[in-house]
Amino acid sequence: MKMIRILAAAALAVSALFSSAAMAQEKTEITIATEGAFPPYNLTRADGTLDGYDIDLAHYLCDHMKIKCTIIAQAFDGIIPALNAGKFDAIMAGMSATEKRKEVIDFSIPYGNTGQGFAVLKDSDLVKLPLQGDLFSLGSNEAGARKAIEEMKPMLQGKTIGVQTASIAARFVDEYMKGIVQVREYKTTEQHDLDLLAGRIDLTMASMGYLKTAVEKPTNSDMTITGPRFQGGFLGAGSSVGLRKTDTALRAKFDEAITAAKADGTLKKLSEKWFGFDVTPQ
Amino acid sequence: MDFPFLYETFLTLIAALPLTLQLAATAIAFGAILALGLALCRISGILPLDWFARLYIFIFRGSPLLVQIFLIYYGLGQFREVRHSMFWFILRDPYWCAVIALMLNTAAYAAEIIRGGLLSVPHGQVEAARSCGMSPFMVFRRITLPLAVRQALPAYSNEMISMVKATSLASIITIMEVTGVAAKLISETFRAIEVFVVAGFIYLAINFVLTRLVAFVEYRLSPHMRQPAPLSAATVAGEIR
Repeated sequence: MKMIRILAAAALAVSALFSSAAMAQEKTEITIATEGAFPPYNLTRADGTLDGYDIDLAHYLCDHMKIKCTIIAQAFDGIIPALNAGKFDAIMAGMSATEKRKEVIDFSIPYGNTGQGFAVLKDSDLVKLPLQGDLFSLGSNEAGARKAIEEMKPMLQGKTIGVQTASIAARFVDEYMKGIVQVREYKTTEQHDLDLLAGRIDLTMASMGYLKTAVEKPTNSDMTITGPRFQGGFLGAGSSVGLRKTDTALRAKFDEAITAAKADGTLKKLSEKWFGFDVTPQ
Repeated sequence: MDFPFLYETFLTLIAALPLTLQLAATAIAFGAILALGLALCRISGILPLDWFARLYIFIFRGSPLLVQIFLIYYGLGQFREVRHSMFWFILRDPYWCAVIALMLNTAAYAAEIIRGGLLSVPHGQVEAARSCGMSPFMVFRRITLPLAVRQALPAYSNEMISMVKATSLASIITIMEVTGVAAKLISETFRAIEVFVVAGFIYLAINFVLTRLVAFVEYRLSPHMRQPAPLSAATVAGEIR
């Protein structure tokens, strides 16, 4: 009896996979899943409607692809198995295209990358770090990134930087700023914020998305974002649309639409609206 | 078992051993001095001193060391007055914050251990010393303290061992001692078992050496417990029979 049940479940799963794969090739209607709890990427308004960078962009992409889209909210853990089980056709939830996820699903080209930035105290002389707001990519222009660090070097020499243990910021500091700054590693980003405010460290490096919300907290009013941002390479390509591996045609459509959104300035416009700075991937 | 990885892990962790030992040694040394002071306050018979020591011991023995480290490091740093005070050059440094927290904590436990040792000194010995004309201070220095130390040593070795292990908590305030390095290594390799096994082995080794040292000191402090050297085993056996 148990065996039969397992077989039936397996058959159902396989058929679901095949049917959704076959349908996707000529889809005119798709369902996109988001989380609805990861602002400013996606959030749920008090009246229950979804909003955010992901949602605004999804509407643009669907218009461009001439596909009718329904956007639903879905818990972030389990969102990938649900995609593969055919519950919806695409994920737009500020999800980074990591190697591990790429083993299970496919990703479009990135549509948003906040990058990694620096935070300092407002009364610190590091507020005047050069290359304010500039963006450097380790992926496409590593030499440029190295030059940027070289340019900051005189001001950073001998300073102490705080990063979260095992974060990509920690790896960045280890690979590019060794010998320039002293590094302290913290369990959480909140802890390095506390030490920055206490004056034990001179600056912190973390994801811009995090820093942006951190400096807006009332307790962190002495903190400010400064200097350039870095992205690409091992810092990650940024958020991409997650798709089933079988839906290659749909992925091509998303890629094309995102390229268009990049070209006509939609990404820039939407990121200014939601993040307050440009998150267009370089 | 992946022996090359274990060996590499061992080399990485052993590099952090001096810091662990330094933390433990500094905290135990300063803690012992403070503990002696507290124990003397407790048995002084002067009420304010006695109650101060009681309160201190109650607070530091009754709250978790982890919380104490957090309060001293992150807590004190929140106050502008502290940051602008003359103590900031010490409190700014995670190493000294860890030493202070460990020291204050161990002093509370050790004070009670030393008090127990002091109270166990036989009255007759003190009276004998007094009747020889020794001043109270000399009695304390020559008779009470050495005997108290000998009595307290087994219990105090427990406290020293727990201090060695407690240094691992310093990793939460960015100090890269053995446990801190181990945690970093795990987040890079995802191999928790191997790394923690090696870290555990290092603590075991430290404490093995420490217990041997204490045993040696105990041996030196208690000649009266040993059989006189010149007597051979045969004569002793003969005498008993």
